[in-house]
Amino acid sequence: METVKLTIDNKQVEVPKGTTIYKAARKLGIDIPVLCYMELHDLGVENKPAGCRICVVEVEGRRNLAPSCATECAEGMVVKTHTTRVINARRTVMELILSDHPKDCLTCPKSGRCDLQDMAIKLGIREIPGQEYAEMSTYKKDFSPSIIRDVDKCIMCRRCETMCNEVQTVGALSAVNRGFMAVVAPAFEQDLEKSPCTYCGQCVAVCPTGALTEVDHTTKVIRAIADPTKTVLVQTAPAVRAALGEEFCMKPGTLVTGKMVAALRQIGFDYVFDTDFAADLTIMEEGTELLDRLTRFLNGDKNVKLPILTSCCPGWVNFFEHNFTDMLDVPSSAKSPQQMFGAIAKSYFAEKLGKKREELVVVSVMPCLAKKYECQRDEFKVDGNPDVDFSISTRELAHLIKEFNINFEELPDEDFDRPLGESTGAGVIFGATGGVIEAAVRSAYEIHTGKPLPRIDFTELRGMEGIRSATIDFNGLPINIGIAHGLGNARKLLEDVRSGKANYHAIEVMACPGGCIGGGGQPLHHGNSAIIKARMEAIYREDAGKPIRKSHENPYIVKLYEEFLGKPMSEKAHHLLHTHYFSKKKDIYIK
Amino acid sequence: MSHIKLELKPEQVAKIKEICKSFNNDPGELINVLHKTQETFGYLPAEVQEVVAAELNISVAKVYGVVTFYSFFTMIPKGKHPISICTGTACYVRGAEKVLDEFKRILNVKVGETTPDGKFSLNCLRCVGACGLAPVVLIGEKVYGRVSPDGVKDIIKEYEEQ
Repeated sequence: METVKLTIDNKQVEVPKGTTIYKAARKLGIDIPVLCYMELHDLGVENKPAGCRICVVEVEGRRNLAPSCATECAEGMVVKTHTTRVINARRTVMELILSDHPKDCLTCPKSGRCDLQDMAIKLGIREIPGQEYAEMSTYKKDFSPSIIRDVDKCIMCRRCETMCNEVQTVGALSAVNRGFMAVVAPAFEQDLEKSPCTYCGQCVAVCPTGALTEVDHTTKVIRAIADPTKTVLVQTAPAVRAALGEEFCMKPGTLVTGKMVAALRQIGFDYVFDTDFAADLTIMEEGTELLDRLTRFLNGDKNVKLPILTSCCPGWVNFFEHNFTDMLDVPSSAKSPQQMFGAIAKSYFAEKLGKKREELVVVSVMPCLAKKYECQRDEFKVDGNPDVDFSISTRELAHLIKEFNINFEELPDEDFDRPLGESTGAGVIFGATGGVIEAAVRSAYEIHTGKPLPRIDFTELRGMEGIRSATIDFNGLPINIGIAHGLGNARKLLEDVRSGKANYHAIEVMACPGGCIGGGGQPLHHGNSAIIKARMEAIYREDAGKPIRKSHENPYIVKLYEEFLGKPMSEKAHHLLHTHYFSKKKDIYIK
Repeated sequence: MSHIKLELKPEQVAKIKEICKSFNNDPGELINVLHKTQETFGYLPAEVQEVVAAELNISVAKVYGVVTFYSFFTMIPKGKHPISICTGTACYVRGAEKVLDEFKRILNVKVGETTPDGKFSLNCLRCVGACGLAPVVLIGEKVYGRVSPDGVKDIIKEYEEQ
């Protein structure tokens, strides 16, 4: 490998040819400040439009300052990262960025977690000269069911554009207009709701400012808890417990299941339940559907749709409703765990309590922003009453815990309530890419073969690679499994299926890189994939520690079928636990 | 962004497809495709951009981003009588801005806009090489020299009946 030697701040360093000054400096432990730049190592994605110019450095012999994020190192280069000229330039750049930025930090939803604010502090900005000459842009706020766009706060770093287009291939966002009016927006500056947005929330996860934030449901949750006529149930998604601790300065990968349950009880929820229970239920329905399609296929039924696609992820559901409208009958008809939980809570559990569904409020805590949209879909309502009333993100839960004066770190571990709080290890691993299909394999194998699994861990289905595949031997019957996480990878895999290039029996898709642990509602990881990996390890740790690790062995699931549903895919199960999909494709060829 | 709702006819869609095809439907040729399309249609309404996006297999947002970035591209159809006011140095110092203000007041449009009846569109340009006649106004191909704010009303009148 060809290398170059250079000097940065009087220190020698040797790096491979093509390395940027920014990265060479990092190797020396010199952190050049960056704002628009973003690197997502595991995705192989780099956002470096070299637009903000915060990262400029002085290069000896070069007339102007160089943006270190986009300038390659050259042999013998002498670089200085903190000369007076550089510091003055950085401050001027920052002052210019701030000159037309709204000054409402006190009430901004991103305050305290804002990269722009952090940079202003780092660079010691104390006043903003010239702001009287700046034209403030005057865009109206765009409220979608999941995401709020307040683009007056957009600094044109274009990180969201990279996520939306390169990683997710959704194509909802692009840089538009010029000068003070330049922002990132959907086509024709229409609202997000009219764009192909899937509400995956990856744009929100990388936005350095308050331009993209989630719709906040905490106020509605507080009101519901305070209402004496309501019984309020909460369900927590598997990925939340593996990341919530980060909001309380705990190490990434710390499992806080017990503390989370204790905190939810202190907040005042009447029942603290687990979405993992519904994940086990999902496996019963989806796994049975897989076996049903397989059996029909093996018996020569030509109309059967294979591969079956998982349908737990609402971002993914939105994506295929926009982009794969010819394949709407291919995904499993099973609802997502969030919605299965809501449907069972407001029927089976309401019956047990002797209450009407209107007296129950179901709140979900999700690592996800698309869940906010999902719970508002019309098909998940009965006479206008939604199965899940409100969905809050991991970040919103952390905020609630703080607002309720709860000392999270000191909380004792508590257990979920029963019956809808009991879950298996199979339900837990839904939180990581590959987890749903591994959980499905654990149950489908035993149901199909009638034999106990020789092993429970299917490590060949785990990992961070964008597209993975494995063949699992179902007692002589080879089952081909595909896995994709990140919608760009899902698109590739699906196109291969559509063209007949790929041959799978079952495919798991998660919209967010890493699966739900990397969801758009999780604590911000600022592109650090080590954090996502730590969360993933935590998920598999929780699974390994569970006494029961196969969904069909969950005693409360068994009981639910005995008492209420009959058997998987029964008429009642179909009515409560399955759904159908709609084309969201816009007719673009207007007559 | 408001735009005039438009229904593309099949032959118009075919024309856009033909333009895209002449550039091998290559997304890298987006700017050239838009140039050619604007040459054909006079402007780039949303519906046209949607067809271009589909043909080049890129997002509509991306096409719209490019259209709004380059000042050459416009989403507003030109009026029957395009008005161009020279705001080059010579015209400017001789009072072009006051003339422009008068056009804006009478037609009730901003620079870059077209009157709702589609008759007039208002634009600025820099120097037509007739500095001796400053300030200069162009209506279509016709040049008006030494225009004063008071004379604007009469110029517009000439075209109103046409």
